[in-house]
Amino acid sequence: MKEKTQVEHLNESLYDFRFDEDDADRFESGITPQIIREIAEEKGDPDWMRDFRLKSLEIYNKTPMVDWGPSIEGLDMSQIVTYIRPKTRMRTDWNEVPDDIKSTFERLGIPQAERESLAGVGAQYDSELVYHNVRREVAEQGVVYTDLESAMHDERWADIIRTHFMKLVPPTDHKFAALHGAVWSGGSFVYVPKGVHLDIPLQSYFRLNAKGAGQFEHTLIILEEGSYLHFIEGCSAPKYFVASLHAGCVELYVGKNATLRYSTVENWSKNMYNLNTKRAIVEEGGKVEWVSGSFGSHVSYLYPMSILHGRGARAEFTGITFAGEGQNLDTGAKIVHAAPDTSSYVNTRSISKSGGISTFRSAVQINENAHGSKCSVSCESLMLDSQSRSDTIPAMDIRTNRADVGHEAKIGRISDEAVFYLMARGLSEEDAKALIVRGFADNVSKELPLEYAVEMNNLIGIEMKGSIG
Amino acid sequence: MAHLLEIKDLHVSVEEKELLHGVSLDVKAGETHVLMGPNGAGKSTLGYSVMGSPRYAVTSGSIVFDGEDITALSADKRAKKGIFLSFQAPVEIPGITLSSFLRSALEQQTGQRIKLWDFKKRLRETMALLQMDESYAERELNVGFSGGEKKKAEILQLLMLRPKLAILDETDSGLDVDAVRTVSQGIHEFQKNPENSLLIITHNTRLLASLSVDKAHVLVGGRIAAQGGAELVDEINAAGFEKYLTVE
Ligand SMILES: Nc1ncnc2c1ncn2[C@@H]1O[C@H](COP(=O)(O)OP(=O)(O)OP(=O)(O)O)[C@@H](O)[C@H]1O
Ligand SMILES: [Mg+2]
Repeated sequence: MKEKTQVEHLNESLYDFRFDEDDADRFESGITPQIIREIAEEKGDPDWMRDFRLKSLEIYNKTPMVDWGPSIEGLDMSQIVTYIRPKTRMRTDWNEVPDDIKSTFERLGIPQAERESLAGVGAQYDSELVYHNVRREVAEQGVVYTDLESAMHDERWADIIRTHFMKLVPPTDHKFAALHGAVWSGGSFVYVPKGVHLDIPLQSYFRLNAKGAGQFEHTLIILEEGSYLHFIEGCSAPKYFVASLHAGCVELYVGKNATLRYSTVENWSKNMYNLNTKRAIVEEGGKVEWVSGSFGSHVSYLYPMSILHGRGARAEFTGITFAGEGQNLDTGAKIVHAAPDTSSYVNTRSISKSGGISTFRSAVQINENAHGSKCSVSCESLMLDSQSRSDTIPAMDIRTNRADVGHEAKIGRISDEAVFYLMARGLSEEDAKALIVRGFADNVSKELPLEYAVEMNNLIGIEMKGSIG
Repeated sequence: MAHLLEIKDLHVSVEEKELLHGVSLDVKAGETHVLMGPNGAGKSTLGYSVMGSPRYAVTSGSIVFDGEDITALSADKRAKKGIFLSFQAPVEIPGITLSSFLRSALEQQTGQRIKLWDFKKRLRETMALLQMDESYAERELNVGFSGGEKKKAEILQLLMLRPKLAILDETDSGLDVDAVRTVSQGIHEFQKNPENSLLIITHNTRLLASLSVDKAHVLVGGRIAAQGGAELVDEINAAGFEKYLTVE
């Protein structure tokens, strides 16, 4: 932690910068090209990747802080710099892991070894064995499923990774995309060849296997023509890091007539700033289906985007967010209709409780050429008390009059009558409310595989009791 | 026999407006009572108050159940002590099936896990008794149920949860002839336990025809206007409430 003073100084300049964008050039992040080179070296990056990281750092240093959503001024960049630096041993002490997180692990029945790993305390959870077995099984169908870092070095995949990595989400996209490009670590690479229909869902196992993974992980999925994949990233246990930033990136390439279902249940510990970028591009006749349960974090910016690039491409987004005490979750979905006869369907629910703030932004763009396209956005929010807030901000940019666009927003409160009905059958007030909230969240739980739906429902139960990490 | 339910001089208000002006009513274990009265008399209010709806404030008087003053208890605690209310308008609860709801309600009440196999078996038998299609067990609780189906589902819950006292708030209204017969079969089933008590709120004597009634009460304008035996039901059936309305 010897850089601490220097970094705190830099941190102030970061705030200055926020208020005065013209001074962008003077701003320095504290992440030096030297640090980036060290990261590249530690990971054994190919040259192009090292250069890509350095370029991203430059962009990062020039890009203004995001300023459209909830405040991220509390984000302590100094900690992050220290944390990403190779060779610095920033081990959390189990004793320092907040009690609420420990008790949540316990209630979710997570084994101790995995708890420590989830809390960033030293030992990495060994998921290698499961992963190898799955990998062998899918390899028989020609599917590549591996961690992105090692795939980069495999000459069979190096090219395809180089031509796809951060092409959909370029480092110029926003400040944290640039940061991601510079310091990304860990993550999955999936390649499904033409016509292969994978029956078993693939689950991500790589989150915890590299330094900084889980914080800056990169997921790259490529589906060739006519293939099918269900990819799941699900973990109901709170993910805790001393350095409280998550800036992951997900890039999904869905080929002609291919279908990708991408399901996530994530639960960030409540100190986290979750500035995650997820994007899919869908070719002719292809389809992307997002299923997303977002829990935890102090502040979230999360707007998975689907670019409907080929004729008849489709996107479906089904999501739920839960904002409890001290949480400000700014989430949504973006859809770009960039070809004729494309269609999209967005169905989200948000829950706010104990002063939590939940904002849903939908951004739909229908290009001039996207005639015959259809889009339907529906979002419902549930406020569990009068301190909590819920906002809906729809943005529609329709450039053709030959499109069919619908938007529906509902804001509700939990019905006293329903609570009383359930209590009259012996459920405690807490359980009754949790049950109603689960019912509200069933747009997502119905779409998840059973074990994930159960996990998510447990999580809602714990959130409703109000003390979770 | 001992009193199971004792309502003593109960005053109930909703938002400062008094709806019940001193109602007293006793039900002994094993008895079946009927509560009648014109629309808006306060019958449902009484049912909700006994069940413990937080919306209905008891301003004075008390409710004693099984020898214990429950006036201040929340609805879930009253349910656990053995009070059941069949709602005049059952609420739709999406996201949970009738079957898993019933199982968790049962587990809550008994504080014990119930084997899935035993539970399913009992559920199947009870549904058969009520001539409910088994598929309803896997439907979301009351969601999209017809009026009659909701009422049958209330009786199903009654039989599964096995309370000591059941308050049936117009469970028979809106039912076709066959459904009324089925519901009364369900009530018979409940009455098979000689300790079980019933307070039946109804406008309709059809349901009562096949039931043995111990006592009847007439509620008018938030007050008990008359109390008597089963003959009171016939009297009301023939002459209506007019006699009591003029008293007011
Ligand atoms: N939550 C409430 N807020 C305001 N007024 C209420 C409320 N609940 C009941 N009331 C009023 O109290 C009176 C009694 O209502 P209640 O539902 O108990 O009547 P009831 O005897 O059950 O009538 P019905 O035979 O039509 O079901 C009515 O005038 C009703 O409008
Ligand atoms: Mg009524």
